[in-house]
Amino acid sequence: MATPEDASPRQRSRRTFLEIFLGSSIVASVLSFLYPVIRYLIPPAAAELGASTVLAGRVTDVPVNAGKIVPFGQQPALLIHTADGRFLAFVAVCTHLGCTVQYRPDLQEIWCPCHNGIYDLAGRNVSGPPPRPLTPLEVHLRGDSVYLSRTTSG
Amino acid sequence: MLGLLLAVPASLAQAPPNTCLDCHQQLDPPLQINPQSWLGSIHQQKGLSCVSCHGGDASSTDPEQAMSPARGFRGHLTRQQIPRLCADCHSRADYMRRFNPSLRTDQYAQYLTSTHGRLLRRGDQRVAVCTDCHGVHDIRAHTDPRSSVYPLNIARTCARCHADPAYMKPYHIPTDQYASYTASVHYHQLVDVGDLSAPTCATCHGSHGAAPPGVASVVNVCSTCHVFQAQLFEHSPHQAAFQQMQLPGCVTCHSNHRIVHPTDAFVGTGSESVCVRCHAQGDPGYTAAATIAARLSTLATEIDRSASLLNQAARAGVEVSDVQLELGQARDDLMKARVAVHSFNVATVDQNIQAGLEITRRTYRAGLDTLAELRYRRRGLAVSLVTIACALAGLWLWIRTHSSSHPEED
Amino acid sequence: MKRLESLRGWFYERLGGEAIFAFIRKKKVPLHRYSAWYFFGGITLFLFCIQVATGILLLLYYRPTPEEAFDSVRYIMARVPFGWLVRSIHAWAANLMILFLLAHMFSVALLRAYRRPRELTWLSGVVLLVLVLTFGFSGYLLPWNTLAFFATTVGTNLIGQIPWVGHWLMVFLRGGQDVTGATLTRFFALHVALLPALATGFLLLHLFLVQIFGISLPPSIEAEWQAYAERRKEIAFFPDFMVRELMAWYVALGLLGTLAAFRPWGLGTRADPFAPAPAGIRPEWYFMFVFQTLKMLPAYIGPMTGEAVGVMAFGLAGLLWALLPFFDRQSRGRRARWITGGIVFALGYIIAMTLYGYLGAR
Repeated sequence: MATPEDASPRQRSRRTFLEIFLGSSIVASVLSFLYPVIRYLIPPAAAELGASTVLAGRVTDVPVNAGKIVPFGQQPALLIHTADGRFLAFVAVCTHLGCTVQYRPDLQEIWCPCHNGIYDLAGRNVSGPPPRPLTPLEVHLRGDSVYLSRTTSG
Repeated sequence: MLGLLLAVPASLAQAPPNTCLDCHQQLDPPLQINPQSWLGSIHQQKGLSCVSCHGGDASSTDPEQAMSPARGFRGHLTRQQIPRLCADCHSRADYMRRFNPSLRTDQYAQYLTSTHGRLLRRGDQRVAVCTDCHGVHDIRAHTDPRSSVYPLNIARTCARCHADPAYMKPYHIPTDQYASYTASVHYHQLVDVGDLSAPTCATCHGSHGAAPPGVASVVNVCSTCHVFQAQLFEHSPHQAAFQQMQLPGCVTCHSNHRIVHPTDAFVGTGSESVCVRCHAQGDPGYTAAATIAARLSTLATEIDRSASLLNQAARAGVEVSDVQLELGQARDDLMKARVAVHSFNVATVDQNIQAGLEITRRTYRAGLDTLAELRYRRRGLAVSLVTIACALAGLWLWIRTHSSSHPEED
Repeated sequence: MKRLESLRGWFYERLGGEAIFAFIRKKKVPLHRYSAWYFFGGITLFLFCIQVATGILLLLYYRPTPEEAFDSVRYIMARVPFGWLVRSIHAWAANLMILFLLAHMFSVALLRAYRRPRELTWLSGVVLLVLVLTFGFSGYLLPWNTLAFFATTVGTNLIGQIPWVGHWLMVFLRGGQDVTGATLTRFFALHVALLPALATGFLLLHLFLVQIFGISLPPSIEAEWQAYAERRKEIAFFPDFMVRELMAWYVALGLLGTLAAFRPWGLGTRADPFAPAPAGIRPEWYFMFVFQTLKMLPAYIGPMTGEAVGVMAFGLAGLLWALLPFFDRQSRGRRARWITGGIVFALGYIIAMTLYGYLGAR
């Protein structure tokens, strides 16, 4: 069996070069695998999933007797601050043809501008083409922030 | 037979004999009555019988007795008599309360104001009376899908006369309404999509009080559903102008029966535009039309640009559903802009356009960012693959050098 | 360098390095025209380790409830840095692992590596096959999308077709009569706790047995080497074979990275238990041949449903497959040829039915 000592100087230096090359490329490859893993382990800024519970904004964002459209998962949601101080929220997709509904301060009802559909503040379709009520959402006030989440009842 | 027994209300404890039906189902037309259609009708289900309308005696098998005027037999009713006959029950609230308290009882009064009613009173026997639309012995509730006045069926019922050029000849009105309506977006919504709230003939013309709305009332009729457009129109310069020229409001541009889904080409100065029907080059309306059309086109193009970028990213596997949701809001803005066209005011339309463009600027940038992310991924992969290739090369060389110094062993 | 050497030496002494090295140095791997197949077991093992690593990473963000599962996977794909990479590698490596496992299994069968004294190695391998397929089936449901939901419904329905125990087994797997959130919880527990524990145990057994019995020589090579002693060729397991294995593992890594970057795994649509099943529900490719066979059977065969007969037939085939070493003791003569034919038929059947399942659907 040939030993490293039998090798010529040229062979020895070639071997050392090879060892360095092999060692460093293995280290480099391992680093290229570790970099994504380490980045992955650090928690992202938005810790919540953003689809079952969503931070809609601050309480001050919506004045009394006004509404605001906020994103909720993959749909728009309507957050209403009623004239008597309650916060209500619904999935803002009209049950007729899918337009985005809005809050009408003058009517104090929810209105769809597409074909004049009207929903009351309980989300029930009371006038016009919409065939079904709006899907309600739960509103949670935590300090200054307003959170919306899907209703838990079946 | 069992069905007949079950359908009879409690006030009639047992099925009374019906000799009228017994004989007439065996006769030849026009005296033949189909017992199946009678048995399925709402009048039969509510406990009425032949005698309720025709009089006579349904218990007697002797035709002389059964059809005796002394027993109240009225025989075949003339068309003139029919509305009055139906009204005898249907316009009496105290009577109808027994069967359906929420059913209206003003149909006859409405009918008298209709074109059909007025012509009938003048002696025209060819116009529609109650039985022409509702049926004779097979009348069903209008909520029954088999009824000729169920929303999906109304247009066809009207078309029986109104689409027949030979029949309508003496009246000198068009007979293309049904054909036009079936090409309309309202018909598509009603029949293809199944949206029963979509308008049919009776929605705009009235059912019992059927008459064309009249030039001045068109906007009111359409605004029942299309509120925003009507409000904007009423504050626009077109309102006064159309009134002065006695143009029929919405119908002027959108037609009355063949209302198709308008495209952006409707607006502006192109070949398909309605604006150039009145406006010529040089007048302010022409310029406004051109500007509005250009604005709409800008936003539509920007939305498409963002959409195609995001689709590209989505197909390559990047998660873009949040941005696509935002782009949906830009689409909402475009729709509002198209509604705002009815103000015929560039600034009003522009408000929505600018809101939409702000969103598309953001979504386009987000789209570019996702493409950058894709490039970043591929670059990262390249780096990794290079290191792997080097490692593979190193290993292979190692194998080569070490196998030459380690000859095969036993 | 000296420091590193002495550190290495410190661990070497305390971890039994000498004993381990003495054993490993003796291990040899035969070199012949079928030697390439020897790599497939190691690649499968490597991919399993990848699955454990990426699986643990996914566990940091995944939420196993029907309300949050889909959204947590979406969060991993969209918000977590390189989450798309970890998840896509996990999904692709699962499929590659099963592919390489099947290649390993069939090559072992055709090269007759299950002969005495390696029968238990073969049996532990069959157990590992079942565990890996169960890994695949349980993991598939976890993203809680429409395809997964209905594939699980169909799959557990088929399990319910097994005579006598089928219904009970189905209810046990589903955590109830239907596929619900309870099913998700059970599959999650199966996938991250029970199956890894069992798999680790059987894997250690399998590897231990491979080590003590050494690498098997196919009968034809055995005969050849007995006749022509000069054709014998062997390489040392360590380091020569290991280095070649390492190359294969690097290629697998490169392949996984490329697949993840160019074909990231999709999300699908959120599962809705109340919506009707969409058209074209299909299982994953490794179950396709079973699915396709059952589709082709008539509704009733005698007093039993076609599906029950099919499931039992596959069960019987599986049992025969597991007992293969006991049928083929000599690997010589006519019986051996029949067995080769049977193995080739099984492989061909699986490939043909899988292709048919995909192409026939068009």
